[in-house]
Amino acid sequence: MAVITYREALRAAMREELQRDENVVVMGEEVAQFNGAYKVTEGLLKEFGPKRVVDTPISEAGFIGLGIGASMLGIRPVMELMFWSFSYVAFDQIVNNAGNIRYMSGGLINCPIVIRGPANGGTNVGATHSHTPEAILASHPGIKVVCPATPYDAKGLMKAAIRDNDPVYVMENTILYNDKGEVPEEDYIVPLGVADVKRVGTDLTIVAHGRAVITSLKAAEILEKEHGVSVEVVDLRSIRPLDEETILASVRKTHRALLVEENKPFCGVDAQVAYIIQAKAFDDLDAPIGRVSSIDAPQIYCKRMEDQQLPHAARVVEAALKVLA
Amino acid sequence: MAKPAVLTHPESLKKPAGPSDFAKHPINAALSKADKVALYTKMARIRHFEQRCIRTYQQGKIGGFLHLYVGQEAVAAGTISLLGKHDHIITGYRDHGHALMVGMSMNECMAELTGKVTGCSQGKGGSMHYFAPDKNYWGGHGIVGGQAPLGTGLAYAVKYKGLKGCCLAYMGDGAVNQGAVHEAYNLAALWDLPMIFVIENNGYSMGTSQERSTAHPGCLAKRAEGYGMAWDVINGHDVYEVRAKTDAAVKRAHEESKPTVLEIFTYRYFGHSMADPDKTYRDKDEIKEYREKKDPVLLFENELLAEGVLTPATRDAINEAAMAEADVAATFAEESPDPTVADITKHIYWEEDNRGPNSTSRGTIIFE
Ligand SMILES: Cc1ncc(C[n+]2csc(CCOP(=O)(O)OP(=O)(O)O)c2C)c(N)n1
Ligand SMILES: [Mg+2]
Repeated sequence: MAVITYREALRAAMREELQRDENVVVMGEEVAQFNGAYKVTEGLLKEFGPKRVVDTPISEAGFIGLGIGASMLGIRPVMELMFWSFSYVAFDQIVNNAGNIRYMSGGLINCPIVIRGPANGGTNVGATHSHTPEAILASHPGIKVVCPATPYDAKGLMKAAIRDNDPVYVMENTILYNDKGEVPEEDYIVPLGVADVKRVGTDLTIVAHGRAVITSLKAAEILEKEHGVSVEVVDLRSIRPLDEETILASVRKTHRALLVEENKPFCGVDAQVAYIIQAKAFDDLDAPIGRVSSIDAPQIYCKRMEDQQLPHAARVVEAALKVLA
Repeated sequence: MAKPAVLTHPESLKKPAGPSDFAKHPINAALSKADKVALYTKMARIRHFEQRCIRTYQQGKIGGFLHLYVGQEAVAAGTISLLGKHDHIITGYRDHGHALMVGMSMNECMAELTGKVTGCSQGKGGSMHYFAPDKNYWGGHGIVGGQAPLGTGLAYAVKYKGLKGCCLAYMGDGAVNQGAVHEAYNLAALWDLPMIFVIENNGYSMGTSQERSTAHPGCLAKRAEGYGMAWDVINGHDVYEVRAKTDAAVKRAHEESKPTVLEIFTYRYFGHSMADPDKTYRDKDEIKEYREKKDPVLLFENELLAEGVLTPATRDAINEAAMAEADVAATFAEESPDPTVADITKHIYWEEDNRGPNSTSRGTIIFE
């Protein structure tokens, strides 16, 4: 297996899908000539030409809406948002149009569109550029949301998203773009709605998604080495659909759960996960469910404090020890 | 402040109604007698369907909002009568006229209004959200202006596939102030899309006259110049004129793949929706004047009577048939079943409705 970066994995997924299906179009601000604001789409224009890889004006409501309209007629646009934070100026298109048309048409129309781009804090760019809207968007039936944490998942989920016939919003993370991992060269997908146990353990289940998975894995190392605790880390990978079974199976084994995410706490993804665990595995729990989120404030600019605001390994360790106490 | 007048209506509206200046335009001259009768019949069907809706609404059988198209029939009729296999339309919430024009049945339209499973959207869309993709009709959209980017995407898809077609996106005079509309204008012009933006200027956005909503250089269509797009203004009371001028835009889209903005002057006789008592923002006299002098159905009827295409007897027969059809639709809607509770969670996701061993989606997607 080749070892490639998360960025290269995303690019490989788009490249392979562009080759596989002539209706796939990559579109967004600076994706073509500039090779991508984060170089995720680097080289695609050269390989596929301007019909398949399209630069747009800074006009999110316009071009995202255009992509949704084109998807209704069978085009499969893969739209890049420079930041998911910018989705807010296209919210009507993303939610009302992509999310509702299948339903409101009684199943006559579907929107096979992918919208992708980074959705993360931790890059020292202040509150307007650090939103993590996976919970907001996943709260709308009709929309699918995935948050890959590793190169393998980034490629597999992106390919599944492009082939999926519903709107799928892929939330990436700029901090992970350079992370390396093993990725098969042959064709594969990671289906939406299948979680992955990233580390096997017996004493505590940590449920996380996106970069919080990486943070949790670090914390699990520390917990093992310094506290002799065996931690299982469940990576959701997909927020909606959600793999309830894998979460519940792990909790039934370890009897303790800690939920870690980079969202702010109010109505975060973990609020839903906690509800599911208590509703379906209450008798299996030996302790209240613990939770680590970002500190509840708009994203702070100061780098040192932003690193504190986001979940980090020490905070996860501390919270884990409380659940284990 | 001076009383707002509908400043931008064209000169042609001010002249007394007479024979259409556009009757001999090639696109109209090409119509056979039967074509003309069919076009008139469609306009009459829209009129009678809408009027039947009022009764059904007053009987408490239609929920939510009901925006009637009465008075605006020539816009949908004229424009849609020109369209072919690869031409698409999308509109806002005042969508019944367009639906009947593309060939949706009164039954499915009425049943949708009453929330029945036999409705075009199986009772899931309602008045504002009709859809018929098999007839190139992409809705029915409830958010003012939100359909403009979608329509631009349809035009993009037509062009991408190398088809000779276009998309007409309809909106109101109030919608032109939405950012999404301007973004769509820019994209359509920038990418040479086969796109026609149709502004149905009925003078009001809810209770706000056009003068009170829009800073404009004489007319709304002229904003197209800011994007280097062609534009035109049309007397929307004359279906021949609508056809003649829209045809130029359709040709521009088909032959040159260039967008156009059309502003079609029209008028609605009823309130913004059935919830609007229509008492605060316009004179009853104004409505009366339009009804008497500029009624699009009546003008076309007179035209066809003068041409000898219609006789009083055929006219009456057409209208009676349309009324009867609307009555049948009301009964059909009445007798149709509701969707079931199980139906509530269908049609949310394609992958969920079509799950198989090779699905790209698994896991829980509908939550308790
Ligand atoms: C984004 C948004 N804002 C407000 C409304 C409420 N609303 C519905 S129709 C309407 C007036 C629109 O008028 P116009 O564009 O002229 O179309 P018309 O109703 O005259 O056909 C308003 C304010 C809405 N549906 N969507
Ligand atoms: Mg209006």
